[in-house]
Amino acid sequence: MSAEQALQYCLAGVTVGSIYAIVAIGFNIIYNTTGIINFAQGEFVVLGAMTAISLHTVTPLPLAVAGAVAITAAAGGLIGAGLTRAVKRPTVLRLIIVTIGLSIVLRAAVLHIWDEKVRALPFFTGTEVSSVGFFGARITPQALWVLGICAVTVAGLTLFFRHTLTGRAMRACAANRTAAGLCGIPVGRMVTLSFTLSAAIGALAGCAISPVTQTQYDMGAPLAIKGFTVAILGGMGNSLAAVAAGLLLGVLESFSICIFPLAYQHAVSIAVLLAVLVFRPSGLFGSRDVSALKEH
Amino acid sequence: MAGRMLAGLLAAAVLWAVPLAAGQGEPIKVGAILSVSGPASFLGAPEKRTAEMLVQKINASGGLLGRKIQLIVKDSEGSPEKATSFAKQLIEEEKVLAIIGPSTSGESLAIKNLCQEGKTILLSCAAAEKIVDPIAPYVFKTPQKDSDAARWIFQTMREMNIRRIGVIVSNDGFGIAGKAQIEKIAPEYGLQIAIAEVYDKGATDLTGVLNKIKGQNVEGLVNWSIVPAQALVAKNMKQIGFQVPLFQSHGYGNIKYVQAGGEAANGTMFPASPILVADQLPAKHPQRELLLSYKKDYEAMYKEEASAFGAYAYDAILILAEAIRKAGTTDREKVRAAIEDLKGFVGTSGIFNYSKTDHSGLDMSAFEMLTVKDGKFVRLKP
Repeated sequence: MSAEQALQYCLAGVTVGSIYAIVAIGFNIIYNTTGIINFAQGEFVVLGAMTAISLHTVTPLPLAVAGAVAITAAAGGLIGAGLTRAVKRPTVLRLIIVTIGLSIVLRAAVLHIWDEKVRALPFFTGTEVSSVGFFGARITPQALWVLGICAVTVAGLTLFFRHTLTGRAMRACAANRTAAGLCGIPVGRMVTLSFTLSAAIGALAGCAISPVTQTQYDMGAPLAIKGFTVAILGGMGNSLAAVAAGLLLGVLESFSICIFPLAYQHAVSIAVLLAVLVFRPSGLFGSRDVSALKEH
Repeated sequence: MAGRMLAGLLAAAVLWAVPLAAGQGEPIKVGAILSVSGPASFLGAPEKRTAEMLVQKINASGGLLGRKIQLIVKDSEGSPEKATSFAKQLIEEEKVLAIIGPSTSGESLAIKNLCQEGKTILLSCAAAEKIVDPIAPYVFKTPQKDSDAARWIFQTMREMNIRRIGVIVSNDGFGIAGKAQIEKIAPEYGLQIAIAEVYDKGATDLTGVLNKIKGQNVEGLVNWSIVPAQALVAKNMKQIGFQVPLFQSHGYGNIKYVQAGGEAANGTMFPASPILVADQLPAKHPQRELLLSYKKDYEAMYKEEASAFGAYAYDAILILAEAIRKAGTTDREKVRAAIEDLKGFVGTSGIFNYSKTDHSGLDMSAFEMLTVKDGKFVRLKP
């Protein structure tokens, strides 16, 4: 294999990995506040992309993306508010099961509002055929956009969760709900906020990846599975780790193609996940102590 | 003597006419199992719309044998398991005369024996040859043959002096069956398959595998699938600077894939139903009039472009209607035999010639080699 080809595998892995990463970030926000895994996260991605595609027929692209993020965030907030009020004794397991139901409802809703057809947003820069040269290998500029958006989102979230009062209050809710409530933190409102935020980031992810992956009503679940895998691989709750794990998994899958037939690609990534769960259950970049505390 | 004979005739006529009159109000039940949603929805959705439109049209002009057609559509979501349970329901509970569909080859194969055993005519809208080989007397199909599509591609490759090729297919019934066909037929045309890979039917990026194929120095690439990845292949090839002619299967015959591929789709070559270029056909082309009328009706009713897939359902109903008319009855065996006797029947996908040994009805001439130019389908050799 020539160096140029190896680099091309690497860049192909980065393209795929950036998609995994940006979807994985959304999982972490709700987890950080509630300790639950939102299985409807993939549907937020599809909803955001579909809304943007519809808005783009009447407004320019940046406005369409902003509008889609706002609309999806509002939908996410409503869902979060509804959930916390409707579910009596909202234990983690119950809420997780509710999100599975939610994902089915949202998928059906997207199918009925739009239809079964494949759509795509235009590339943010360039067209379908443009690519950026990199020592003889090539990558679509959209992958760089996705990575850039990942970077900005992760930086923003880190600042928010570590250095703002609201962010810290949200983390407190996940650490100990009762204690957070006793300290005067409005737990319900924090959960609503986390759904709003993760829906917004899901929508942003959907818009960013749509030119590359194309968007169809039922692509949420496979995306969510990969995003979830990556979130676990990195260590739940840590957005930066999710991005690193996403890129790692993407590159790994990509290089697996040059040795094994393509059909084994997913087997490779699942094998990696199993190995990590067995040997480092807190994730590649997670702290054992923290995850041990969260078990209780 | 003559009077008695007349009375006898009259009595016979009355006896004969009674059951006919009783049947008059009763609609002819026809089932349709189509992937209206799910991964193969781009097949099933236009098929359902087409079937409903055509049945409505036939009923509006008086129906068949004075009876209306009642179309019962089931959405199988592309799942062979769902198709099987719907087939049982249609055969055993609804007792339909015929089933239109399913949309995909995997589903059609899953219900082939059910329909044969239940003596229910199956007019499959899926392409795999296994559906009609070996022949089950009650099972027919309307799309062109996979192998003929492969032959068109290989013939074109030979004309372009391509010898060494790469092949990628999706991991569903259509892709896997296509891969087997390609590997069987390519040597007949003196082509060497350097590499053949299978990708996930929900693939969202193919740059990795295309890079692998690029490393094999192939002169042409065949992608055989019916999934949205068809648009991805063209985009990803351009993005990594992989510049060989791209050939796709007849599954590419939906303008949505060209739109999704944008600029990258230009130059893609594929065999397809002439419906995609109906307005470019010469005036004396036997299918021209039928194709233009279907396109006009469909596009007026649903505000979207007609595809080759909807046309499969159109032919299925057209063939069933013609056979019922010819048989003059809805007796299962007689209608089935009438389909088998159809010769030179002009459909949207080609000229059908069914026989006891051929339940596919179409030959190579049912395809046209097309290419994409400025985001539109055009004939490769006008």
